[in-house]
Amino acid sequence: MSWVLDNVDLILQLAVVHLRQCVIAILLGSLIALPLGWVAWRYRLVRGPVIVLTGLLYTIPSLALLILMPAVLGYSAISETNLVVALTIYAVAILVRSVADGLDSVDAAVRQAATAMGYGGFRRFWTVDLPLAGPVILAGLRVAAVSTISLATVGILIGVTNLGYLFENGLQRRIVAEVLAGVLAVVVIALVIDLLLMLAGRAIMPWTRASTNATARRVRLPVRAAA
Amino acid sequence: MIEFRSVAKRFPDGTVAVDDFSLVLPSRQTTVFVGSSGCGKTTLLRMINRMVEPSSGEVEIDGESVLGKDPVALRRSIGYVMQNSGLMPHFTVIDNVATVLRLVGVQKRAAHERARELLEVVGLDLALADRYPSQLSGGQQQRVGVARGLAADPNILLMDEPFGAVDPIVRADLQQELIRLQRDLDKTVVFVTHDIDEAFLLGDQVVILDKGARVIQVGSPSEIIDNPADEFVSAFIGVERGRRALRIKETPHGRVLVDSEGRTQGALVEDGG
Ligand SMILES: Nc1ncnc2c1ncn2[C@@H]1O[C@H](COP(=O)(O)OP(=O)(O)O)[C@@H](O)[C@H]1O
Ligand SMILES: [Mg+2]
Repeated sequence: MSWVLDNVDLILQLAVVHLRQCVIAILLGSLIALPLGWVAWRYRLVRGPVIVLTGLLYTIPSLALLILMPAVLGYSAISETNLVVALTIYAVAILVRSVADGLDSVDAAVRQAATAMGYGGFRRFWTVDLPLAGPVILAGLRVAAVSTISLATVGILIGVTNLGYLFENGLQRRIVAEVLAGVLAVVVIALVIDLLLMLAGRAIMPWTRASTNATARRVRLPVRAAA
Repeated sequence: MIEFRSVAKRFPDGTVAVDDFSLVLPSRQTTVFVGSSGCGKTTLLRMINRMVEPSSGEVEIDGESVLGKDPVALRRSIGYVMQNSGLMPHFTVIDNVATVLRLVGVQKRAAHERARELLEVVGLDLALADRYPSQLSGGQQQRVGVARGLAADPNILLMDEPFGAVDPIVRADLQQELIRLQRDLDKTVVFVTHDIDEAFLLGDQVVILDKGARVIQVGSPSEIIDNPADEFVSAFIGVERGRRALRIKETPHGRVLVDSEGRTQGALVEDGG
């Protein structure tokens, strides 16, 4: 316990770094998954391949990804970029499916009504389809966020510092409190981010609270190999 | 005036929804398409606002083919009300009604003001304005749907089984409301239903359709009841049974008409008497 009190600054500093890496990965992942998910939803023929391929990405062990991607894309294996790219790929794997499922969940009658009112395709997507897909996409985003936050600790294996540092350092120096502090910090961050996303969802999608038969939240997770 | 000229619609999967349909729908009148499910009513309706493109033939509004118009602008100029309201679940009632006004660029404040007027026109309490559709009853949702269809003051109002999903008492209420509205507003209404009683109640012109939107009979309700084109029509409108099959019954006070279930429907009076 005294170790934690003596090192509050270090823990906070690592938490901030950890969070920064994860937020970038989740944002990038969302930006990439949105158009991919839309394509998968819009064009039936490519839907199968897109979902299967992005699902397969999720099954690649993280260590393998951290070693392979630098070789493919030509950046340093021991850079923060490497970690963020790997985390982004996992986020995309979860989110593509959520986006496609979310768009699927929009009532066809509502979509037709929007067209009948005189929405053009582009405007309809942003003001009708996407918001109504929101609850399902948000459910996927929450899963992606929590999984990214816990997965990010593997960064320490390639020398990228974040909360994972506490695991490694604690193991090497046999300070149990340090390892536990790392685990606890990761869990707390994951829970807080999950809560914030849920609250943000309620604020941006007030109709989901009003609804008596709210959209069932469904997230289908691809199967993943051990990290 | 809306005119269908030899319109046909074959969907990509080969279904012929409309075979060869021609009809004039007079302005400021209510034309009702009535027929069983799958006979092509919705397809006909959606060819008017270009949600469905005809495979051949033309649909004209006031002598101009709709195919020459921008579909999005065309749809904004035509009111559309559908079954189960088709309201945007994520818009409040007031935003739903204001949708088309906002689409054509009316400022939010003015659009909401107009939307509030419309809620009153269709008999809805303004207290409902900030609710979401899921918080309304089926009948209230349909009223909002009608208000939304009327918001941009279109000349043409398309209604696709708008009262099909509400219970009979609410439906009767909504039908009376529409009759009252139409008296004030004088729109060209195209109304789709599979309920022949509803068709006779609301229609100035009733079009009885069979598979492939084949026209079996066109006329005013009384023309059709007086002179059904064939046995299919007689059976469909039920002149031989139910409420329209009336017979004379002698009573101590004179002759009355009773229906097939024995309920008295009226008295028999002499013309000009
Ligand atoms: N998009 C479509 N693709 C293929 N067939 C369709 C489509 N829309 C309607 N149909 C078919 O066309 C026929 C007429 O449909 P519709 O106009 O919806 O009938 P109604 O409104 O009278 O019930 C039906 O057989 C229906 O299955
Ligand atoms: Mg229909």
